[in-house]
Amino acid sequence: MPIDFELSPGSQISQKHYHAVAEAQMRPISRKYDLAEHHLPTEWVDYWWAEGRKGPQDKAIFDNDGFVTVCLQAEELCWGDAGLYLRMPTPALGGSAVSAAGTKEQKEKFMSPFREEGGHPIWGAMAITEPQAGSDSAAIETTADWDETTQEWVLNGTKIFCTAGEGASTVDGGFVVVWATIDKSAGRGGIKSFVVMANTPGMELIGCEKKLGIRASDTATLRLDNCRVPAGHLLGSSEVRKKNPKKTGDKGFKGAMATFDASRPIVAAMATGIGRAALDFVKEELSRQGIEIRYDAPPRELTAIERDVIEMEAELRAARLLTWRAAWMMNKGKPNNLEASMAKAKSGLAVTKITQKAVQILGPIGHSKKLLVEKWMRDAKINDIYEGTQQINQLIVARRILDYSSALLR
Amino acid sequence: MIDFEPSEEQALIIETVRQFSENEIRPQCRVTDEAGKPDPAVLSAAHELGLVANALPEAFGGGGERSAMTGALIAEELGWGDMATALAILSPGLIGLPVADHGTQQIQNDVLPSLLGAQFAPGSLAIVEPRFDFDVFHPQLTAKRDGDEFVLDGVKCQVPWLEGTRHCLVIAAEEGHLAGFVVPTDAAGSTAEPERNLGLNGLPTVEFALSGVRVPASARLTASDDEIRALIDRGRIAVAAAALGGARAAFEASRDYAKERETFGQPIATRQAIAFKLADMAIEIDGARLLIWEAADAMDRGQDATRLTRLAADQTARITLEVADGAVQVFGGHGYIREYLPELHLRNLTGLASYETLALV
Repeated sequence: MPIDFELSPGSQISQKHYHAVAEAQMRPISRKYDLAEHHLPTEWVDYWWAEGRKGPQDKAIFDNDGFVTVCLQAEELCWGDAGLYLRMPTPALGGSAVSAAGTKEQKEKFMSPFREEGGHPIWGAMAITEPQAGSDSAAIETTADWDETTQEWVLNGTKIFCTAGEGASTVDGGFVVVWATIDKSAGRGGIKSFVVMANTPGMELIGCEKKLGIRASDTATLRLDNCRVPAGHLLGSSEVRKKNPKKTGDKGFKGAMATFDASRPIVAAMATGIGRAALDFVKEELSRQGIEIRYDAPPRELTAIERDVIEMEAELRAARLLTWRAAWMMNKGKPNNLEASMAKAKSGLAVTKITQKAVQILGPIGHSKKLLVEKWMRDAKINDIYEGTQQINQLIVARRILDYSSALLR
Repeated sequence: MIDFEPSEEQALIIETVRQFSENEIRPQCRVTDEAGKPDPAVLSAAHELGLVANALPEAFGGGGERSAMTGALIAEELGWGDMATALAILSPGLIGLPVADHGTQQIQNDVLPSLLGAQFAPGSLAIVEPRFDFDVFHPQLTAKRDGDEFVLDGVKCQVPWLEGTRHCLVIAAEEGHLAGFVVPTDAAGSTAEPERNLGLNGLPTVEFALSGVRVPASARLTASDDEIRALIDRGRIAVAAAALGGARAAFEASRDYAKERETFGQPIATRQAIAFKLADMAIEIDGARLLIWEAADAMDRGQDATRLTRLAADQTARITLEVADGAVQVFGGHGYIREYLPELHLRNLTGLASYETLALV
């Protein structure tokens, strides 16, 4: 196959379908749940559980672009509302962790409830960040101790910034994947991930953060106080590798970090969805005022606004294509650590700038809560922070292109 | 179906041109820039590869395989070696491709056989005009019909003028519409004044002034205004791709230098200030390349690529300049002296925004 930029029929169906969902189900309640922070968006959650999760009912959907199609879904739904997207009842990042590191049995056990018909909405989440450890995830202090008598792992510590953490920790059937160390002296090699089912005794929801944006998303603080989970809830091996000091058991940690290679393109796609929402709106508003962007005008004749819009559009498109490339590499089974970080770094920053520029271009109406532009600016900013900040992704890209280890470039 | 991997055929072309660029073009890069003209031996060797001939019509002995995507892939690899030499190698396409598409039989017979001969023969195009508010779609150079002839009046600049150029394709406004005319380089009423430019020094150019120059009606391309616009877009994509190659060369040079150069006992690449700059360069280069490919893909599908070309060309002009400037900065004082290449990349990539060409791919 040669280089090809045409989406498969399944991707086009998916794109159209989720765009319609975004318009009909998300946009009308977008402001409502931005204002009613921490309230469960029941219309949306119930819709997704009953209808949304079935996806487009068209056989041609199977002729798609794999992970690129998944990115398209994320882009369209975040064009609708990124906060609501993050509140969807799905396994989310917890699911990514189980898929990446779990056994066949574990995948079946933890993931199948999300596919069952009927019942009530449930959530999955991943808890990594701690008050003292964010980007430096190897420095986490939550511990997991093996209790030989009961054959259980005992978790202790505090997790913050856990997206979907309220739903995942308090609604039966859901789960939180918790990162903890089983041997602090082993550094990264001791870090493992554990599936903690919702309402497991010892896991307590402390509360949700009040945030700049994505206010419909429940960003939880969880306390683990002698929280016991069965042996079978450890994802991957319990072996601590530290024989070779140069390779301090990086495999388990690297396995966990590999989750990011799959999730970063999705986050990058979510970002481009928000950026596109702002850009689409700017162009529509200009059009209502009789201003059409002249793509064929000489540079000296373009107005400042036209220049801004063309640059925003090019930036957004570059981010989107980098994202598709990283996702396409997953289809091909190619390692995409570098490309996933490139996509995430580019998208996070591009949409931060694009949405800020949109507010500025639109002036008073950009600033007003009558419209959603100011909200998109607030929602966009998180994309340059979570799933690896801009700087962490620059660090990953830099190490790759320089062929430097994390010890050499930190 | 979305795919970012070149086909086997495309991969072979990339590899062939990359090797040629590395072995033949790059070693001559500095000499070419200082001499103000490319090494004839390099042009001959490139001619034997048949990069331009492959896109010219089969009826005249060409390969008949026209693809904006393939052209972009070739241009990037050539540009990686040296942008000026890349444009010199591709110059036969400046006139050959528009003439192949829209030339009268007589003009095709005049122009194409020489471009497809045993020896390299350069091409020339007069499109840019020497003023700050130059608008490629509305030239001030005019063409007026007079019986069986056209009369051309006006001034063009940055006209590639390699040794041995016989014809120049002149873009004019004819009753307010774009039109192209094939003009002999020694036409009565024309003067060609050699220019000196900031960058792309290895590509000799002239200011081409036409005063009452008469050409036969058959010298006019049959292309409509829209068709010439489409050719201009193809040129923009090719120039963008060549520029991207130049930026890639600048990035690679600064990356390698940063790993060797030490401050305070460690390579400067181990400092985040440098490492992050290099990371940003790598990200922007890849992003721009995908924009170029997307526009080229649209062209090869026969879709209107005006908007995608604008996005790709503007983004490339912006980021390649940033990359080249960054490369000089990473080299520090060494980036400023002509012993190293970053200053050459910076000069080449600063003028890009004003550099218009026709077709090329």
